[in-house]
Amino acid sequence: MLGLNRQDTALLIIVAVLTLLAPFILNPFPEGSGLATLNAGYPDLMQRFVIYGIFAIGFNILFGLTGYLSFGHAAFLGVGSYAAVWMFKLIGMQVIPAVLFSMAISAILALGIGYVSLRRSGIYFSILTLAFAQMCYNLAYSVLGNPNSRFNLTNGETGLQLTLDDPRILGVQRTPDGGIPVPNFFGIEMRDSYDLHLGDWVFTFSGGYYFAAAVMLIAFYIAIRIFRSPFGLMLRGVKSNQTRLYYTGINARPYTLAAFVISGTYAGLAGGLLACMDPLAGAERMQWTASGEVVLMTILGGAGTLIGPVLGAGFIKYFENIFSKINDNVLHGWFAFLPDGLEDFMVTLVHPFVGKGWHLTLGILFMLVVIFLPGGLVEGGQRILGLFRRRKAPPPGPDPEHHPKPTPHVAE
Amino acid sequence: MSNSKFTRRGVLRTGAATGAGLALPTIFTSSAAAFTNEPKGPNVVFGFNVPQTGPYAEEGLDELRAQQLAVEHINGEGDGGALNTFSSKALQGNGLLGKKVTYVTGDTQTKSDAARASAKSMIEKDGAIMINGGSSSGVAVAVQALCQEAGVIFMAGLTHANDTTGKDKRRHGFRHFFNAYMSGAALAPVLAKAYGTDRRAYHLTADYNWGWTQEASIKAATEALGWETVATVRTPLTATDFSSYLAPVLNSGADVLVLNHYGGNMVNSLTQAVQFGMRDKIVNGKQFEIVVPLYSELMAEGAGSAVQGVYGSMNWNWQLSDEGTKAFVKSFGEKYGRPPSNSAQTCYAQVILYADAVARAGSFHPCAVIEALEGFEFDGLGNGPTLYRADDHQCFKDVLVVKGKENPKNQYDILEIVEKTPVEQVWYEPDHPMFAGGELGPCNPGE
Repeated sequence: MLGLNRQDTALLIIVAVLTLLAPFILNPFPEGSGLATLNAGYPDLMQRFVIYGIFAIGFNILFGLTGYLSFGHAAFLGVGSYAAVWMFKLIGMQVIPAVLFSMAISAILALGIGYVSLRRSGIYFSILTLAFAQMCYNLAYSVLGNPNSRFNLTNGETGLQLTLDDPRILGVQRTPDGGIPVPNFFGIEMRDSYDLHLGDWVFTFSGGYYFAAAVMLIAFYIAIRIFRSPFGLMLRGVKSNQTRLYYTGINARPYTLAAFVISGTYAGLAGGLLACMDPLAGAERMQWTASGEVVLMTILGGAGTLIGPVLGAGFIKYFENIFSKINDNVLHGWFAFLPDGLEDFMVTLVHPFVGKGWHLTLGILFMLVVIFLPGGLVEGGQRILGLFRRRKAPPPGPDPEHHPKPTPHVAE
Repeated sequence: MSNSKFTRRGVLRTGAATGAGLALPTIFTSSAAAFTNEPKGPNVVFGFNVPQTGPYAEEGLDELRAQQLAVEHINGEGDGGALNTFSSKALQGNGLLGKKVTYVTGDTQTKSDAARASAKSMIEKDGAIMINGGSSSGVAVAVQALCQEAGVIFMAGLTHANDTTGKDKRRHGFRHFFNAYMSGAALAPVLAKAYGTDRRAYHLTADYNWGWTQEASIKAATEALGWETVATVRTPLTATDFSSYLAPVLNSGADVLVLNHYGGNMVNSLTQAVQFGMRDKIVNGKQFEIVVPLYSELMAEGAGSAVQGVYGSMNWNWQLSDEGTKAFVKSFGEKYGRPPSNSAQTCYAQVILYADAVARAGSFHPCAVIEALEGFEFDGLGNGPTLYRADDHQCFKDVLVVKGKENPKNQYDILEIVEKTPVEQVWYEPDHPMFAGGELGPCNPGE
């Protein structure tokens, strides 16, 4: 289907079904129960899951395929956000031009940064991209963001926001009741949501989430096609041995540059979508910690795999948004069934790992994954699957000691 | 090969279950909410969004303590604190409109993005009716705009930039804390009296929005009294070593150094300036002086003996002697074993003020609450008579000018109050050039 083989089609369908049913899957606990804190099915977080998924998918096209580790991808995310907010300010609240413009701007930026940075590889490339990203961050934070200067592109630390007197030449300047209009996709407002009450459960369906999810599925499909294309094979060639490519007479630079620009455009798309969901762009989005985050997402999920980065993105965003909100009150609620002394002991025991300690928990999990599952969460999933398969199918063949390797296909 | 058996009973059963399942949502969604997060159960949820990690984590922790205390007092636990001295008696210490107040907390990380994500999760997931707290103007402006869109009330915590109630003001945002303009207006006369009117000032300014408005405000206020500004130098917010910025100060002919820094920046720059021996120098025949326009107890604690004799301004200080301050400090001290900082006091007051407005309005509807807060005059929360101005949602009250104590008796006894600048002196009109532009916009009930 759609030019994919059976396995990839199955993967795409699984991802599509999961994203479609996310409001149900992410809200397993009934409202009002102690564990409801762990629910993640509210619009803002679901939007972040898919948007950062797009960011990580794009990053994986560069890092997973070519092995070039960019430490400056947040710059494209941030630039995409600024571009989108400017479109909202100048053109109107329709999201399509905003998203397209943010992709175009970040592609141009990626072309420039990639052209310079890709002259080096390995750690030098990483440092170059990091330096460029920090430059962008500082430009956005203070140089281009002084509200008192006449050239104020980013509004500095406060972040670029919509105001009531923006021109919005193709849209309305203010809503009938005098407020700032909301980003919309042909009338579907990104903030619109519908609550479905089923018994004690509440499931929220948000317009913004489904828009972002549709874009994510398209981005995911394109990523599969890139992975399976001759172009993708060439990128894998760059990863396994670039020097050999040069010896055989192939100039690898255009391929790596193309991969860099594609991945930058993905980041710009993610940034633009972030601005669509919440029309504000802040310089923190471009900070090096944000660049590091996408590296963590990709490695945590499984670099070079299709679904891995999306899983990693979800994992990290879940910890950032859910674990950071568990406070002592919530903990007391959880352990209320224990005797008083034991309850206090358990709360003290868990306390350092939740709330402001979410970084600690995430760090420990990241270490565990990298040490025991070098292939990331995807490898974990494969191992579990493998466990079940082995149990079901007893080892075939008459001679258990003799394992002839299958003849490799020429194409592999 | 199929195993499925369609029996008559099976089909009937499945059909009935499906029908019930489809009918269920319509039963439960019949009651539509009139505004965002209208509290329906026995509880009402407040959202406390404070920095728990990052450079202002200490401030955030203290804010959280005060917010929890305020919730206790509203629910009638503890000794009632400043509710006993508060001029409005709408809060009875029995919850809020018959509901118990509960709260959720979040981490702003002092980043606009993270703060908005955290506030959004409180609004969308936990059903918070009000967001309070924060320790940065960038965050305050970002969260304020979000609350405007979502239709909940934002009671700002520590935010000192003019823009919060200036060009970035919103109908749903309220600021109890004072601002950079007020700091300048309160501080300049005291400085002129202490150091003379022919001083030459050198500004080191944290290179972001708050730093800029602070610098502009102090510069305008001191120049109006005859001071001259030699230079204004911007330092990166992430800087920890200021020696390269401090070295040129003495050769510039300046005799006062103004540090427009906050938090860790201020602790480092002030400590290093003092270590340079700047305060022992005589320049232009005058003693060299250092000024820190915005003080906080937690910063002063961090800078230790370096703050001795250094002037600055504050929104409130626990050493004030009015009844509201005494009641609040007593109940905070009994619970946490330390005096509250001025950011804690502002958050405490904001939570009480919100709850009181709900009680007076008799409704959680944001438009009614906004109406109750706009133009509200009150007393007894520690700052003296205060007005919540309707034009820009800024509180007008006395501003404190403080000085680092020369002989502190204990670790909390660091600052002494030099002057209580009356509100008339820090008053400005809503269309003042530093606050012009922007408008509040309409009240937005959401949903």
